[in-house]
Order: sequence, then C-alpha cells, then structure tokens
Amino acid sequence: MPPDGVLEGVHPGISFYEQKGRFSGILAWILSTDHKRIGLLYFFSILTFFFIGVVLGFLIRLELIAPGKTIMDAQTYNSVFTLHGVIMIFLFVIPGIPAIFGNFFLPLQIGARDVSFPVVNLMSWYFYITGAILAVVSLFTGGGPVDTGWTFYAPYSLRTNANVPLAVFAVFLLGFSSILTGINFVTTIHRLRAPGMSWFRLPLFVWALYATGWIQVLATPVVGITLLLILLERLFGVGVFDPAKGGDPILYQHLFWIYSHPAVYIMILPAMGIISEIIPTFARRTIFGYKAIAFSSLAIALVGSLVWGHHMFVSGQSYTADWIFSLFTFLVAIPSAIKVFNWVATLYKGSIHLDPPMLFAMAFLFLFSIGGLTGMFQGSLATDVHLHDTYFVVGHFHYIIFGGMGFAFFGGLHYWFPKMFGKMFNKTVASWACLITFIGFNILYFPMFILGWEGMPRRYYDYLPRFHTLHLLSTIGSWILISGLILMFGNLAVALFKGKKAVANPWGGATLEWQIPSPPPAENFEKIPVIDRGPYVFKGAESVG
Amino acid sequence: MNETAEMVLEHHKDYTGAKLGMWLFLLTEILLFGGMFILYAAYRYHHPAEFHQAAEELNRIIGALNTLILLTSSLTMALSISAIQKGHRKLSTYFLIATILLGFLFLVNKYIEWSGKFQHGIYPNSPELLARSQGEILFYGLYYAMTGFHGLHVLAGILLLNVMLYLVMTGTIHKGDFILLENSGLYWHLVDIIWIFLFPLFYLIT
Repeated sequence: MPPDGVLEGVHPGISFYEQKGRFSGILAWILSTDHKRIGLLYFFSILTFFFIGVVLGFLIRLELIAPGKTIMDAQTYNSVFTLHGVIMIFLFVIPGIPAIFGNFFLPLQIGARDVSFPVVNLMSWYFYITGAILAVVSLFTGGGPVDTGWTFYAPYSLRTNANVPLAVFAVFLLGFSSILTGINFVTTIHRLRAPGMSWFRLPLFVWALYATGWIQVLATPVVGITLLLILLERLFGVGVFDPAKGGDPILYQHLFWIYSHPAVYIMILPAMGIISEIIPTFARRTIFGYKAIAFSSLAIALVGSLVWGHHMFVSGQSYTADWIFSLFTFLVAIPSAIKVFNWVATLYKGSIHLDPPMLFAMAFLFLFSIGGLTGMFQGSLATDVHLHDTYFVVGHFHYIIFGGMGFAFFGGLHYWFPKMFGKMFNKTVASWACLITFIGFNILYFPMFILGWEGMPRRYYDYLPRFHTLHLLSTIGSWILISGLILMFGNLAVALFKGKKAVANPWGGATLEWQIPSPPPAENFEKIPVIDRGPYVFKGAESVG
Repeated sequence: MNETAEMVLEHHKDYTGAKLGMWLFLLTEILLFGGMFILYAAYRYHHPAEFHQAAEELNRIIGALNTLILLTSSLTMALSISAIQKGHRKLSTYFLIATILLGFLFLVNKYIEWSGKFQHGIYPNSPELLARSQGEILFYGLYYAMTGFHGLHVLAGILLLNVMLYLVMTGTIHKGDFILLENSGLYWHLVDIIWIFLFPLFYLIT
C-alpha cells in the first residue's frame, strides 16, 4: 500500500461507480464491501418493497371506498393489511434511513473511508434480502399469507392456519440485519472519526444514527427471541405463550412492545437527523441548540425504551403499570418538542431557500407536530380507552411514520440524490410532487382522526353507512397521494438517466460530504480531512455552481 | 495524525474497534436470553410450587458435570489465547482442540439428558406432560427452549472455534494479530456465563 493508504489505482477524478474492483458486472455490487455500494444495494431493494407496500395500502383504501365487499373478501383483506404492515414496517421504515442514507453518508460525514466492519455490513444486506425473500415465500406456502396483523399477537398467531412460522422467522432475520447495522454504526462513530472531529463537531444526522444504533442493539434482540418463541410454539408447542398450557399472552405483548415501541424511535430518530441536516443548509444558518438536539436524541432513545406499556392500556395490565407508562409517554414529548422548537428557531432570521428538500422538511415539521400531539391523546389513560383500536390510532401512526419518517426520507432523498448519483433532478417538478403528496397525505389520513373519534374500529373489513363519506374522502386522498409519489419518483428516474451532471455542492451544504465530488470517489477522501470547525459553519462553504 | 490513528483510519486495522463491536454483539446475546429469563421470572413467580416440583426431576449430576466441562473449556480457551499472544502456535492449537472437544462433550451430555427425559415422555406437547399442572408444563417449556437455544450457541461456538483452529494453523492468526481468536474467546465465555445462570435456575433452586 502506498504511504497515504489510498488503494492502488484510485484516481482523485474517478467516482466510485467507475472504480475498477476485483469483480465486474453485478458481482461488483453484490460482493462489494464499499459502504456506498451497499447503501445503494439497500436503496434499490428497500424502494422495491416500499412500492409493494404502497400498492397494498392502495388496495386497502380501495376496498374501504364503500361499505361491504368492493374488490376482495374479508380473509384476503386481513392478509393485505397484515402484509402492508409487515412490509412497510420491517422492510421499509425500520431499515430505510439508516441502511440507505446511514450507510452512504455516515462515513462521509465523519471523514472516514468506510464503516468499521465492511464485511459485516455486506452480510447485513444478505440477511435483509434473505428475510425479505422468506417473507415473500411465506405468502405462497404453508397456510398462505399471514393474517395476524404485523404484531403477531398470541394466542391468535398460535392458532391461525396461516404461515406464521416462516413469516416470524423472516422478521427475525430482518431484525438480525438491523442489529448488525447498529453495531457497525456505533463502533464506526466511536472509532473512525477524522482527526479533529470531536463529538460536538459531529453532524446531527450522525448523532441521530448513534442513538438509533444503540436502540437497535438493545431492543431488537428482545423481539428476536420473542418471535423465535412463537416459532417454537408453532413447531413444538412449548406453551410459554399459550393460555391453554398456562402461558400468558400479556407477557407476549410486553416482550413484543419492549422492542417494538423503541423500534418506533429507530424509525423516527434518523428522520429527525435528516431534518437537522436540511434545515441549517437551506436556512444558511448554524443550527440553533446543537447540543440540545444531540442530547434529545439520546433522551428519546432512553425514555422511549420505558414507554412500551402504553400499547397495552386496555390489555389488562395493572393500573399502576398503566399510569407509570402514561407518565413516561408524556415525558417523551419533551425531547421531541425540544427538537421541533430548535428547528423552527434555526429558521428565524435565516436566509431561507425553498428548494425541494426544504419543502419536504417543512412538510415534516407540520405533519410530525400533528402526529406528535395526537399521540398525547392516546397517552392519557381515560382518553385512550375511547380511542384504543380505532382509526384515530391509524391516523396518528401514519402522521408520525409516513408524515414524519416518510417525508424526511423523501427530503433526504432529494437532498442527497445529487451526491449519490451525480445527477440533478428537475426542481420544479420535485416541488410540485412534494405539494401534491402533502395535500394527498392530509386528505388521506386526517379523516381518520374523525373516523376514530366517532368510533370506527381499525382493521375492520366493513363499516356502518354513517362512516361512508369520510372513508370515501380518505380513499380519494390515497389517489392524490399516489399521483404525487408517481410524479416524485418519475422525476427522479428521469434525472437518473437524463439528468444534468450535479456539481459537488449544489445546496451550499457545510458538512463533509459536500466537500468532495459528486458522486464521491472510491475511497471517499484523497486524504483524511482534518476538522477544525463545527458542522454547520457556512462561511467559506458557499454554493458551487 | 499519530501512528495509531493512521493505522485505524487508513488501514482498517482497529483492535479496539473490533473489541468494541464484539462487546456490543455480546450485549445483544445477553438481551436475547434476557427475554427468556424474564419469562422464567414471571412464571416462577406465578407457579413457585410446581417449578419446585419439576426442578427436582432434573438430573443434577449431569448438570453439575456440564458446568464443570464448560468452565474448564473456558480455561482452555483463555490459555489458547495466552499461548498465541506469547507466540506458541502449537500450544495454542492444542488448547483450542481441547476447548472444541469439551464443547462437544457438553453437547453429548445434553443429548443423553434430553433423551432420558424423552423416554419418560416429557417433552413439549407430549401427552404425559400435558397431563401435568400448568406450572410444570411451563417449567419444561422454558427448560427445553432455554437449554435448547443455549445448546445451539454451543454448537455455533464449536463451528466458530473450528474456523479459528484453521486460521491459527495456517498462521493467519499470529502473535501480532490475534483479535479474531480473542473475540471468539469472548463469545465462548459468554456461552459459558449463560450456562452458569441456567444451571442454578433449573437444577439447583428447588
């Protein structure tokens, strides 16, 4: 190796796409340990499942356009909403931001050549793909598609004829993939920061990934073993969750939510990280309250691990447990609000540029705030008894996950697209797509709050005629939303093939990834940079071109 | 950039990082078993008498023997690492082979123990077991689940150590670079420690 450690044959002017490796063709991708290539592997596989999830969601809404049977029977409907949940949660929302943008940008943002364990990183993608394939296979084998909802609650998951064993094993593998990513990121952030990149000079996206990595490491194994126990129940009947044998289904719910509530923060924390990157860049202003945002990520990770019982207020757990979990649930609102206020404060007196990534970030602020505040309704014990298992929960959840994580994902996609692919998209079309998606989103999900408040239970195949108008409105919203998505991804696809070449720093960002060419060279940096300032110092980091 | 930082950032040789990653992985393993320990605690609390009764039936001799075997294997594992650190490659392979054999012996014992129980008709979902009280069904459900998962970990450890044996013999692991062996040792000790908790919970507390 040459003294400066750069791989032989790496030329500064050549991007990682053109870099010749040991393999060529498809092997250059599926055997690559380069974090950027792995990020792109994840990008295309995760997006594929996102589109499948969208189609399933579209079918759910289409079925609910009118009372009674419209396009499918009740059993199919049960499978479709379960699949929509499983695919969206486990194959898109949880891995989405960390596995795509985290893999691609974490090493760039801290000034490293790669993550700590590149081979493990590639392995995590294989676990992801195997899990995804098994999930698909479970649809057509055994007793057919799972109809339990994405939560696999016992005892129904032990009794149904559907192919639960294969599906839970698939989710276990996906969890393992997530754990490996978490271990990799935490280690990378501890060990591979460039000289001078102290903890408080880290971009906030890195802080968010750090908190996320810890949740992935600490929470995922618990759901892993819980699902394996469901598997053992199905295969051998060990009885630990089966009430007929003395097992306790409530304990299943506890173990499931011990992971699955923190998992909500695996979904939302990286999204918040993206927003913390976009807002200072497009306000041309250093972030307000850097440390408050960084520590609130850790606070959310910590307190968020102690609130799982709020999914179980009506399950029969003790009243003491109820109010303790309710209290902690309200506490989570504090660090979340700290973030929102700091983002808004960053905008104050900023020089705001309303480019597409910024529009998505603004949509995020609006939708996430509604999602967060409606969460408080369900955190209060008395109100939750009324709202539990209604469309209010569905509305709240989608405002947080789709309005929050989803819009941040789109924002990050538009923000980093020029860097990842070296191409620039049509900004006008992207802005229109953002607007249409935003409008469609609200028409689709806002009626659900009213539906739920009026007593429409979630997951139901049929409903009373008095709910018809709002269901119809919601379905129309889904069409607008999907039109927006088609426009958005169509625009990006056009850019990918015919877009103009992107400059190194199209948005005038100050973090490290904008200081290298688009797309980045194979080993990221010609020389490991020495950091002498914070991440959002815009003086001297002006827009190029 | 000083010498160590240069090694870490430019050449991807990061001893501390590899250790850190391994410890994080071990943490996930502890939490994986933690889920089952929680179940054990909750069910024991609800059925103390039945757990007591069922635990009496387990073979303490085999349990104690297996504890001894695993503890010894941890010793030979540690010795194997010490040997390679001092550059004694042959000695290191001998200790490694001893560790693998002890792990294998543990599994043989486990097999004898399980088949004994099977012969008495006590296994998950067996008519004999279902005729008993719910506490006993749960005890044996947890017994088979927890020792089963532990056994799988022993098996995985044995496979891992075989790979390490190959790497030591071919010289990939040597005096200057032994982190793979050290991390495998950490994994082996974890498997040992989990057994240290399983043994009293299932065999001794009666």
